[in-house]
Amino acid sequence: MPADEAIVRIENVVKEFGPLRVLDGVGFDVARGQTVAIVGRSGSGKSTLLRCIAGLETVQDGRIEVCGHAVGRPGSAARAQLRRDVGMVFQSYNLFPHLTVERNITLALTLVKKESKGEAKKRAADVLGLVGLTDKLHSYPEQLSGGQQQRVAIARSLALQPQVMLFDEVTSALDPELTAEVLAVMEDLARRGMTMISVTHEMGFARRVADLVVFMHQGKVWETGPTAELFANPRTAEFRQFVGSEL
Amino acid sequence: MIQLSANHLLYLLEAARWTIVLSLIAFVGGAVVGLPLALMRVSKSGLLRVLAGGYIQLIQGTPLLIVLFLSYFGLGILGYKLIPLIAAGISLTLYAAAFLGEIWRGCIEAVPRTQWEASDCLGLSRVQQYAYVILPQAVRLAIPPTVGFMVQIVKNTSLASVIGFVELSRAGQIVNNSTFEPFVIFASVGAIYFALCYPLSIAARTLERRAHAGR
Repeated sequence: MPADEAIVRIENVVKEFGPLRVLDGVGFDVARGQTVAIVGRSGSGKSTLLRCIAGLETVQDGRIEVCGHAVGRPGSAARAQLRRDVGMVFQSYNLFPHLTVERNITLALTLVKKESKGEAKKRAADVLGLVGLTDKLHSYPEQLSGGQQQRVAIARSLALQPQVMLFDEVTSALDPELTAEVLAVMEDLARRGMTMISVTHEMGFARRVADLVVFMHQGKVWETGPTAELFANPRTAEFRQFVGSEL
Repeated sequence: MIQLSANHLLYLLEAARWTIVLSLIAFVGGAVVGLPLALMRVSKSGLLRVLAGGYIQLIQGTPLLIVLFLSYFGLGILGYKLIPLIAAGISLTLYAAAFLGEIWRGCIEAVPRTQWEASDCLGLSRVQQYAYVILPQAVRLAIPPTVGFMVQIVKNTSLASVIGFVELSRAGQIVNNSTFEPFVIFASVGAIYFALCYPLSIAARTLERRAHAGR
């Protein structure tokens, strides 16, 4: 992958929570349009890495760059730029429970992007169409299933037209049927060329959709490579064991 | 000794009006001061947190009666002679603000951290996060305990009687002094307080049940 195509660059990132080193020199690049699956056991640091890319955590050392801008630099301008570039979807959906689905989506459009109410509502309808929930425009989050809420959360991020979408174990709270409908939305997004970094336990999804798999272990990138290659020829015992346990 | 009459009861009811007025002053004043206190308590600035925390500790650790004495007799000695209504209003405002500030801080902190993160990731500024995401949810949580606290305010206005403010309790004392029917009079006074507080208690309970049902 030519370096100048990298839309996300992660170099030697170190993150510590007190005495605990959660990320120990992590680095990889993500090219525009690529779908990356970060896999690994609980506690391997994969969610923390994603939160660092989203600017929700500060790093002690190393460098993260999104769309050419360094993440985690102080200053509201840098932060605003990051928010324009990156969308984040959480395991627990995190919709705003007091607002309708439509308002969940239009809130940032009107407040942050300064769109008119009309424009924002039109875009809300558009992105809800993408996730197949046009009829839920006026529902409240609690009236939706977990899968539907997660699709709304994806739509809410998409509405802001980010360059990169981050998914943090977005199906972990869902049963298999609801997981499938969320993964279908994500596969669709990947096909449309969205750059996606997804922390996931769904090995089927990783195999099917990801271009690149990053296996994390003990706060390090233990093994990484193109999906088919990596799964066919695991180089490390840890990844072999991990793949074995997931089957 | 004067015979107890319907006029006396009427007098009590009129005095109850002042109990209501004082309660409203305390509640509105307490809310106006208490909300900034709550926001200071959850602020990123350590100084603001300490200032608000210190104020709340100070007031919560001091009897309301002493605050009343200070604002009425204390300020009087210093040359700021306040009429009893104002002195009582200020004291109850200081008192209510400390408690409401702490109740509301709890409600703000009860909104899940993930709501901050989600709205942060959407690019909302801190003020926008408060205005559109956090406070609307905190208000829902705050209504039952706030209404419950209003009961405390109503009952505590009775302390204003010691600085000579003629509200319900003081009126009861006055009537009793001339009729000496303490059982009848103070039972009536108690009944009027109860009539004021009971609907608030019921409202608090209903609102709390509704808030839980809405989960």
